[in-house]
Amino acid sequence: MMVAEALALSAVLFTIGVVGVLTRRNAIIIFMCVELMLNAVNLSFVAFSRMYGATGQVFVVFVMTVAAAEAAVGLAIIISIFRHRQTVDLKNINLLKG
Amino acid sequence: MNYDLSIPMQLSAALLPDLLLIGGAMVLMLVAAWRDESAEHQRAVGIGSILLAAGVLVMVLVQGARGATAGPGVIAVDSFRWASDAVFLIAGIIALALSIEYNSRERIDTAESHVLVLFAVAGMMLMVASRDLMVLFLGIELMSVAVYVLAGMNRRSGRSAESALKYFLLGAFSTGFLLYGIALVYGATGTTNLATIGERINTFNLQQTPMLLVGIALLLVGFAFKIAAAPFHMWAPDVYEGAPTPITGFMAAGVKAGAFAALLRVWLEAFPGVYSEWHKAVWWLAAITMIVGNLVALQQRNLKRMLAYSSIGHTGFILVALASGTSQAATAFVFYLLAYTLATMGAFAVMVSLGTSTSPRESIEDYHGLWQERPGMAVAMTVFMLALLGFPIFGGMGFFAKWYVLQAAMQAPAPQTRLAVILVITTAVSAGYYLSLVIAMFMKPRPAGAAPLPPSGAWSRAVIAVSVIIILVFGAWPDPVVNLVNKHSSLGTPAQTAMPRPAPETAALP
Repeated sequence: MMVAEALALSAVLFTIGVVGVLTRRNAIIIFMCVELMLNAVNLSFVAFSRMYGATGQVFVVFVMTVAAAEAAVGLAIIISIFRHRQTVDLKNINLLKG
Repeated sequence: MNYDLSIPMQLSAALLPDLLLIGGAMVLMLVAAWRDESAEHQRAVGIGSILLAAGVLVMVLVQGARGATAGPGVIAVDSFRWASDAVFLIAGIIALALSIEYNSRERIDTAESHVLVLFAVAGMMLMVASRDLMVLFLGIELMSVAVYVLAGMNRRSGRSAESALKYFLLGAFSTGFLLYGIALVYGATGTTNLATIGERINTFNLQQTPMLLVGIALLLVGFAFKIAAAPFHMWAPDVYEGAPTPITGFMAAGVKAGAFAALLRVWLEAFPGVYSEWHKAVWWLAAITMIVGNLVALQQRNLKRMLAYSSIGHTGFILVALASGTSQAATAFVFYLLAYTLATMGAFAVMVSLGTSTSPRESIEDYHGLWQERPGMAVAMTVFMLALLGFPIFGGMGFFAKWYVLQAAMQAPAPQTRLAVILVITTAVSAGYYLSLVIAMFMKPRPAGAAPLPPSGAWSRAVIAVSVIIILVFGAWPDPVVNLVNKHSSLGTPAQTAMPRPAPETAALP
């Protein structure tokens, strides 16, 4: 059923997402890496639902819905910071310390 | 009354306060969008939101007094849920009252901000009610998405936008960890129901399964971000400093309380069977958080940042209750949350009432000699600081909050002696910054040329007075709160029976 392969791919995708969030400095790219993490998890859920039944697939639908809501809010926040700073590069956003 | 959650009508009845709050918030959102933005409209929607939250609070207290129970299902009906709900609603009502005043002063005319507070509270209520990882996830996201927006509510302020961006990126990042943790726990046990997870861990002997342990670790990392436990706390001071002051108080008190309640629920219901595995991680998290939070708070000169680090320190104190893993810990936890919420929101209320749009009164120097100009505010701030410190009598509930946590830690099957010692020492350290603010207010002279203090608004004065009274009254007479939580508490009781190998404290250290 290729469950193990799917889980391995999901782990790799999740790791790519985490590394991307930690190393990139552009807010949009960080956000895309977060979405990659969420979709890697979705792959895991679907793979597990081959073993345990529909629960995993239901979860995936919820995750996609929530991710869409989060994307709407996130892009709005990125636009509002762009209006203030004319950039979405986190290097140039250091009004607050730390 | 015993709800059968497989019958839709009874499930709705068990969820009635949550449904009422969400439904009411949706109606209020339409009302908020109906008219053009104006100061009066903002105030009207704010008052409507307070009334709705107060109504739900009464309903929650009635439900708690009735002591209903429920069969197996996705929703928990127990006194832990009702008591936590009450704390969230109180935090929400205080935040709404302060927001009305703050928004009028800063000319933020978006009436929707009040409704978002209600949605965040509804998310917290779902989180603490959840007995299923799916409901838990939806609750966390309902809360988080609303609070991302709230952090950036002041659209004219670049700092507010930056705070929202940081909170959003780190919040979404931590959601990824949380979700992967859920996926792996589901993969290891084949279910998302907390009670069933707990049973299957014991029946199938999953204690050493790598997938389960990695899943629990990822869940813990996700929660640690949400509750701002060190070393996952770096976002908190920045976000707290940039967000509008009432929202900062709401994030420091309500959001943290919600994430903690969910953490406690998941850990005590689903993972008591692997206590000896997660105990080490929670132990270190608690110890590091207490030490880092309190030591760094000593160096802060900005009151908002100081309170942010103080809230990180309190995260550590509450984690001590979790590390002991008993039902007594759940009681201590709710009492601590109520005391901490009132004291933190009260301190932010003082900041709101003394601030102006040009001078937000965020530095400690602004509070020098407050006693000479505003004796009432100085006394109230002193009560809040002593409550956060855990000072006897004058600190009211704060003292008992720490006392119950210590008691839970020492009376657990595996006494947490070392954590208790760290808790006492770091509390002594925290006197360094709480008392220095008190000394500054009473002993230091008012700086020459300081801008005159504005007249305080009615909303913030009411919030401060009520918080002081509750802290002092329940500090002198804590039994009603404890009894409300203890009665019919189902949470954590399996922890005592299902804990097969109580790890002695020495085994917890490498």
